[in-house]
Amino acid sequence: MYLSPTARISLLFLAIAVSALFFADIAITTANPWRDLGQFFLGVATPDFFSTEGLATALLRTVAFAFVGVALGAACGFLLSLVYRFYPVRMFCAFIRAIHELFWALIFLQFFGFHPLTGVLAIAIPYSGIFAKVYSEILEESDPGPGRLLPPGTGVVSAFLYARIPDCWVQMRTYTAYRLECGLRSSAILGFVGLPTLGFYLETSFSQGLYSEAGAMLIMFYVLIATIPLWVKPKLLPIYVLSAPFFLGEGMPIVWGNVERFFTEDIIPAPIRNGEGLADLGAWFNDLMLNEALPGIWNTVLLTQIALVATGILALLAFPLISNHFGGPVRRTSGHVFLVIARSTPEYILAYILLQLWGPSMLPAAVALALHNGGIIGHLIGRQTNTVLLRPDAPTGFNRYSWELVPRVYRSFLAFLFYRWEIIMRETAILGILGIYTLGLYVDSAIQQIRFDRAMVLILITALLNIGIDILGRYIRRKLALQTMPTC
Amino acid sequence: MSGFEFSGLTASFGGERVIGPLSLDVREGERIALVGKSGAGKSTLIKLIHERVDGHSSLVPQDLGLVNALPVFHNVFMGQLDAHAAWYNTLTLIRPFRKDKDAVRQLLTELAMADKFWTPTASLSGGQRQRVAIARAIYRQSNLLLADEPISALDGPMAHLVMKALSQRFTTSVIALHDVEMALAYSTRVVGIQDGQIALDEASDRLTAADITPLY
Repeated sequence: MYLSPTARISLLFLAIAVSALFFADIAITTANPWRDLGQFFLGVATPDFFSTEGLATALLRTVAFAFVGVALGAACGFLLSLVYRFYPVRMFCAFIRAIHELFWALIFLQFFGFHPLTGVLAIAIPYSGIFAKVYSEILEESDPGPGRLLPPGTGVVSAFLYARIPDCWVQMRTYTAYRLECGLRSSAILGFVGLPTLGFYLETSFSQGLYSEAGAMLIMFYVLIATIPLWVKPKLLPIYVLSAPFFLGEGMPIVWGNVERFFTEDIIPAPIRNGEGLADLGAWFNDLMLNEALPGIWNTVLLTQIALVATGILALLAFPLISNHFGGPVRRTSGHVFLVIARSTPEYILAYILLQLWGPSMLPAAVALALHNGGIIGHLIGRQTNTVLLRPDAPTGFNRYSWELVPRVYRSFLAFLFYRWEIIMRETAILGILGIYTLGLYVDSAIQQIRFDRAMVLILITALLNIGIDILGRYIRRKLALQTMPTC
Repeated sequence: MSGFEFSGLTASFGGERVIGPLSLDVREGERIALVGKSGAGKSTLIKLIHERVDGHSSLVPQDLGLVNALPVFHNVFMGQLDAHAAWYNTLTLIRPFRKDKDAVRQLLTELAMADKFWTPTASLSGGQRQRVAIARAIYRQSNLLLADEPISALDGPMAHLVMKALSQRFTTSVIALHDVEMALAYSTRVVGIQDGQIALDEASDRLTAADITPLY
């Protein structure tokens, strides 16, 4: 039987995910998961905006960290994009963006403590790597014609400002604004490791069972993200960026002795630090690989593959919700609301909520990843179907879906899915902090045992795994000639 | 530089020779019209000359090479980027100096474009875009003009206006034209290109439209 390459790769990934299900730990372990879920939804339906003054502070800090982190990341990323053609720079950028914001935060927490710098750098560093890549791609695609026409003797700076930047400006601005939205999500989840942003207050309310308070925070967060076009105006941006550093909060002072100790002692592998021989170092590394890295990698890969396919299925089911080719305005509006909520909620927060309600296993993590990523892809694909013009006598209902629309959007659907593969893996690793057995769990427990040497090796392994998946994802997209724009 | 003498001009595209080898000798003060049917190699020849003179010429390419996001003023100003320091150019992007604005406005008035001073070139019509590229070439103030179909999108009176302006501003020029009448009216010498070779090279006043037509 003939199968197109796209169908073959889809079936292959489906088969991998189904077999991964047999090895994965999928269970609901809480006694009364549906009652808890119901109480949570009741809390969201009856939000309490006035119970705590923390809410306003949490939002302010979340916005401040996002602005400072994204602005710093954009500035550094722009400078890096100018030298991005050099291989070491590309490798450096690939490496810093392969490490999740929360891992960066965990690292900086160890020596800067709860200083605002920890949160700012946790966002700025991985974002620099991403900005560098995307900016350089935008600059590369600009029309080379005007540059060739410049009089000989035109300076490099003038040539760049006149012949390059104007052509890319709109695209760079759009992408940066989009990243700001991602930055708000990153900033919110930094609270889960103790920084004073939304996640911190959310976790506090949740652990005390104050669902109405948690619901209010979530609703305010959605409002904040949905109203970005209203309050982020080009003219106001300089004011935001300049004033944001003053709203990061005091935090704790940096103890420079800790910084020095971290680099000269803490992250040196224990056997070297204690002056033991190479044999001991080998044993130390073996133990780390066998007992932590390998199980962590195995579970991370299992969950990633399951979540990837679940994301795909959800996206395919969800896109008709907002497509002009189905249903009336009422259905489409509720479809939009569902997808906005799914994609604006950081997967980490979704996973945290579901884990609280269903107990620790891969199931809540997979559902959270699928909801968030499926929401993003479903939204993009749904919007794409709105540009499709069907013939007047086109079939309706399920036939329209399966014969007219899915075949038309399937390639870009796959492109988005494989683009997000690496993002899903990065998130999967980090969800270990919440108690499922992916790499993040081992990193987190190594840090709690004050064994930073082990934590650093595990973070390094996570980064390499992400880079590997990124390369594989790009290889598949190139093989199938799939093109896409970056999403976060 | 205004006059030049090149020999052995060749260009290949995808392994296939599209131009030459041919020799071209242009003296200062000559206004050359390049004629020939499309695909004969006129555009390639103009690009070749532009490369050979190391960019020391005012070029109007067929695709114009405008920066669409910038307004008309900045696109014209780009003709003199080499004349100023980087800080001056950077400042001009944000807030142009009066003397530059006056100079560009005068030029645009001559080309009947003064009302589009701050319009981004992306929102101009084809003929207007063409005149912006021509204004940039004039603003460049080089002695040699290389232009590839500079009036293809202009109507009759406007085409004459532009050709007059070009002959006033440049002592030497090589202009590819498909309009035989215009070629004869605004040149001192006609060079006809056929299959990448020079098939006709004659002073304009010794030619009639009928002599050129066989090339098409």
